[in-house]
Amino acid sequence: MKGRTAMLHQASFARKAFIVGNYLFLISLSLLCLLPLVQVLSISFSSSSAASAGLVQLLPVDFTFSSYAYIMQKKEFIASFLVTLQRFGLGFLISMSLAVLSAYPLSKEQKDLKGRSVYAWFFVFTILFSGGLIPTYMVVSQTGLVDTIWALVIPGAVSVFNVILLLNFFRGLPKEVEESAFMDGAGHWTVLCRMILPMSMPVLATVALFTMVFHWNSWFDGLIYMNFPQNYPLSTYLQLMVINSNPMKTDPNHLSGILEISERTTRSAQIFLGALPILIVYPFLQRFFVKGIVLGSVKG
Amino acid sequence: MSMQKLRQQVPLHLMLVPGILVLLVFCYYPMAGIVIAFQKFIPIKGLFGSDWIGFGNFRYVLKMPDIWQVLYNTVFIASMKIVLGMIVPIIIAILLNELKVMFIKRGVQTLIYLPHFMSWVILGGILVDVLSPSEGIVNQLMQAFGLDTVFFLGSNNWFPSVLIVSDVWKEFGFSTIVFLAAITGINPALYEAAIVDGANHMRQMWHVTLPGMVPIIVLMATLSLGNVLNAGFDQVFNLYSPSVYQSGDILDTLIYRIGLLDAQFGVATAIGLFKSVVSFVLIALSYFLAYRLVNYRIF
Repeated sequence: MKGRTAMLHQASFARKAFIVGNYLFLISLSLLCLLPLVQVLSISFSSSSAASAGLVQLLPVDFTFSSYAYIMQKKEFIASFLVTLQRFGLGFLISMSLAVLSAYPLSKEQKDLKGRSVYAWFFVFTILFSGGLIPTYMVVSQTGLVDTIWALVIPGAVSVFNVILLLNFFRGLPKEVEESAFMDGAGHWTVLCRMILPMSMPVLATVALFTMVFHWNSWFDGLIYMNFPQNYPLSTYLQLMVINSNPMKTDPNHLSGILEISERTTRSAQIFLGALPILIVYPFLQRFFVKGIVLGSVKG
Repeated sequence: MSMQKLRQQVPLHLMLVPGILVLLVFCYYPMAGIVIAFQKFIPIKGLFGSDWIGFGNFRYVLKMPDIWQVLYNTVFIASMKIVLGMIVPIIIAILLNELKVMFIKRGVQTLIYLPHFMSWVILGGILVDVLSPSEGIVNQLMQAFGLDTVFFLGSNNWFPSVLIVSDVWKEFGFSTIVFLAAITGINPALYEAAIVDGANHMRQMWHVTLPGMVPIIVLMATLSLGNVLNAGFDQVFNLYSPSVYQSGDILDTLIYRIGLLDAQFGVATAIGLFKSVVSFVLIALSYFLAYRLVNYRIF
């Protein structure tokens, strides 16, 4: 009897230790995801001398806006930001429309859409096989899109992944509503715009988040389809400034030096500005995307 | 089928037109462009106008001194990412499920999903800074513990590990979503039965939670099969430099350098075709297996 209570006591002690340890572990893990970003932010707000002397840890040292002031008066930065705004606006509208327009018909049954499975395979095959980098590059060059904003918007406009997410969600919606609408003489456009879309907010928010992130983050297409730096979107410009011309990457003994505005603080400020829009939209859309992904991947 | 029914379908077909056009031009036409792999391709002569040289480009690739090393790097880096990218999220999902204080749980989730949404340009910039041997915080910490300074991005011993660990760091949080959903879907009656049988929390995890996750684990494992040649172009491209080509160069970066920097289009396309064909077989196999094992269908 005594042994048993001792065991129970021990078990509950182990359980408590596990719970406390688990909280500590997961909280530190989540800090590990945030801290690198915090450090970059701190370096960007620190003075050049503090940054190059390696004095900045989690908080800025000698707080200053000078790096940001310096970036804001760089013409190339502003120009590439404008390219990104264009790309973002056009790309978002086109990608979202194409995803919805493709997903709605594909969510129908074979009997309601002649050739549905052929269409579906036409879309899915592009996930299975691709022409690869060089042929794709050649095709985009031939279409004459190079050095126009359309080279960043059109080639990747259909994300089959997003289409599948949407169509699986559409299929899970109750059929009765749209059937009665069809009885009343409504067409597919009306049903799509007035009924399906308003019921699909979680998955639309998810797809919207993915599309925004895609257009904000894409840098490689800018690098290969734009021949002139003034056509680079911001992400491509950052790739050149922060990565390609970063001496820290190749030279182990590189020290930033104590110029008035060091390359290290400037780079950090640019990295942070590059991450900022995502940090801003993310919390608003986060509550949707978990639901959207789970619902979208559930099979009807 | 009656005429009226067909007419009702017209808008549906119309809706599909723009998507199909885009895929036709930018996905299917490039597939035809794979013929470049069998040509001595000269861009001015167009996709089908250059001289045909059979398997010449492939023979050239096989004679390249580094090709086997690059293939090995690709498969090694990709496989390690796949394996660790499965195991870590499974463990974290189980641990997350144990958190009962909701605002902490949600806070943790919010933070660990975040890196997934950052590009490798941003994260690469952060890593280059953080890992720098002269000024980076990681080496500063290591020095404080009396360890030697390491040039993580310049050493062939360290570079693959940096790739693997940083990729797991970026993606593990987002990958927990599906596993957490699977845990939530486990029938609570199973836990009650386990408790009646005297199972403590550890045993419940082992005998109820983990078996409940098996279908989704099998599904994710089979679907990841298609990524064996995807070692992560964006990440490698933004982190590597000539001094770590030996351990970090992968098929995709090689294709980029040979094709777009050296303008050897035929050779680069030949390597690309190899990658596309192998990936196609693996993805098709993985979908087939996923269908057979857990009755998975894409749509």
